[in-house]
Amino acid sequence: MSPTKAARATTPKKPRANGTRAAAGPYAQFMARAYAMETDAAERYADFADQMDVHNNPEVAELFRKLSSIEALHAKRILEEMGWKQPPRAPLAWDEAEPPETTAHTELHYLMQPYHALQLALRNEQRAEQFFARIARARKAPPEVRRAATELAEEEREHVRLIREWMKRVPKPEKDWDRDPDPPGLSD
Amino acid sequence: MNAPAIAPALTAQDFKSDYKPVWCPGCGDYTVLASITRALAALQLRPEKVAVVSGIGCSSRIPAYTTCYGFHGVHGRALAAATGLKVARPDLTVLVAGGDGDGYSIGGNHFLHACRRNIDLTDIVMDNHVYGMTKGQPSPTTEPDWKSKLSPAGTGLREFHPLVIALAAGANFIARAFSGDPSGTAAVIGEAIRHPGFSFVEVLSPCVTFRPEQRAWKEAVHPASVAATDDPARAARRLMTDDGFNTGVLYKGTRPAYSAAAGKTTLHPADLEKDFAL
Repeated sequence: MSPTKAARATTPKKPRANGTRAAAGPYAQFMARAYAMETDAAERYADFADQMDVHNNPEVAELFRKLSSIEALHAKRILEEMGWKQPPRAPLAWDEAEPPETTAHTELHYLMQPYHALQLALRNEQRAEQFFARIARARKAPPEVRRAATELAEEEREHVRLIREWMKRVPKPEKDWDRDPDPPGLSD
Repeated sequence: MNAPAIAPALTAQDFKSDYKPVWCPGCGDYTVLASITRALAALQLRPEKVAVVSGIGCSSRIPAYTTCYGFHGVHGRALAAATGLKVARPDLTVLVAGGDGDGYSIGGNHFLHACRRNIDLTDIVMDNHVYGMTKGQPSPTTEPDWKSKLSPAGTGLREFHPLVIALAAGANFIARAFSGDPSGTAAVIGEAIRHPGFSFVEVLSPCVTFRPEQRAWKEAVHPASVAATDDPARAARRLMTDDGFNTGVLYKGTRPAYSAAAGKTTLHPADLEKDFAL
């Protein structure tokens, strides 16, 4: 059963008093996790785009904004497929330091180039693919969760392929790409 | 009768303002901002019921980047302003945010007395062991042998140990987080807000411009191997032997938070006059 079909088969739950919908049952909880992953990724890329805007790196800002809108679209699709009118409550913490589809803020550089941004996106998609593939292989997971995880892992694999294609069209950075004759850390 | 209106649940994005942070790309403070907004959303607080108070420094810009009430005060005085605010408006959740220079040097005395008074505040110090905003002077937590253009031979001074001092001064909750761990940082901040009394969270937050070597902190940090204790003596032993990279909640005290009502006199000024009646 695809996530769409499985979602239709799931009886909608009553919204909580605070307006959020409790993700009840292993399948809904898994999809809530997938939704949080996509939302985290969309928000992080949007943060990165803002940082590049502030530091006058419009080309990379535009790329991050594009990546953010792609991830936001994925999140929206999960909401629609699950029939959730309100987003499920986001988990406060993930097992790993970083959510499975985001990069740490410390990895950014104000002089980074589009190729660097795509390298970073590639790593994110690979980690997301591994996350879902691990669940798909987990024998203890309910069958509907494993089926959905298999489909999502396949989607992430496709994203990895697309980003690799994208990287071929972007120039590789020169060796001294981060050289700044007037660096911000210079003290007179 | 109409059904009562249900306020929609807020997300972390609802706690972020439209102002774009001006920190350097790579700065740990971005993660701290994201962790604060995530924690506030998870606790289902409302922006109008939260105030973020700061002093001066890179990290002290945080109030402007949230949709909560904000107070960007003078250097080192964030805790003093926050104390007044919380006593006057105990209904608000009051967070204090700043850096190691602002919090431990210029505001060092306020830090001691905020711990001692145990008012229900959450103090988040983004510690990067340097004054970043003013171009890289050594701060109270800078290592004695850190050499820079402004301290060519290092300071030669022993660094400040904020967690030990917080415990000795009476803080009711002590934790350390690392900005490279957004999930852990959000969880610790959430727990600090929930814990009554003065909660102190030190966040190791690298300054990639003046201390680029701090990017390696991600290799050094490790979760504390034991659960938080409520025994100050045990916590003292742990914190005194701490390597500076233990993360998680390290001490959860049971001291009751300060209550303005406890010290309140029931006498009216007119009652005092009775003793002086002729």
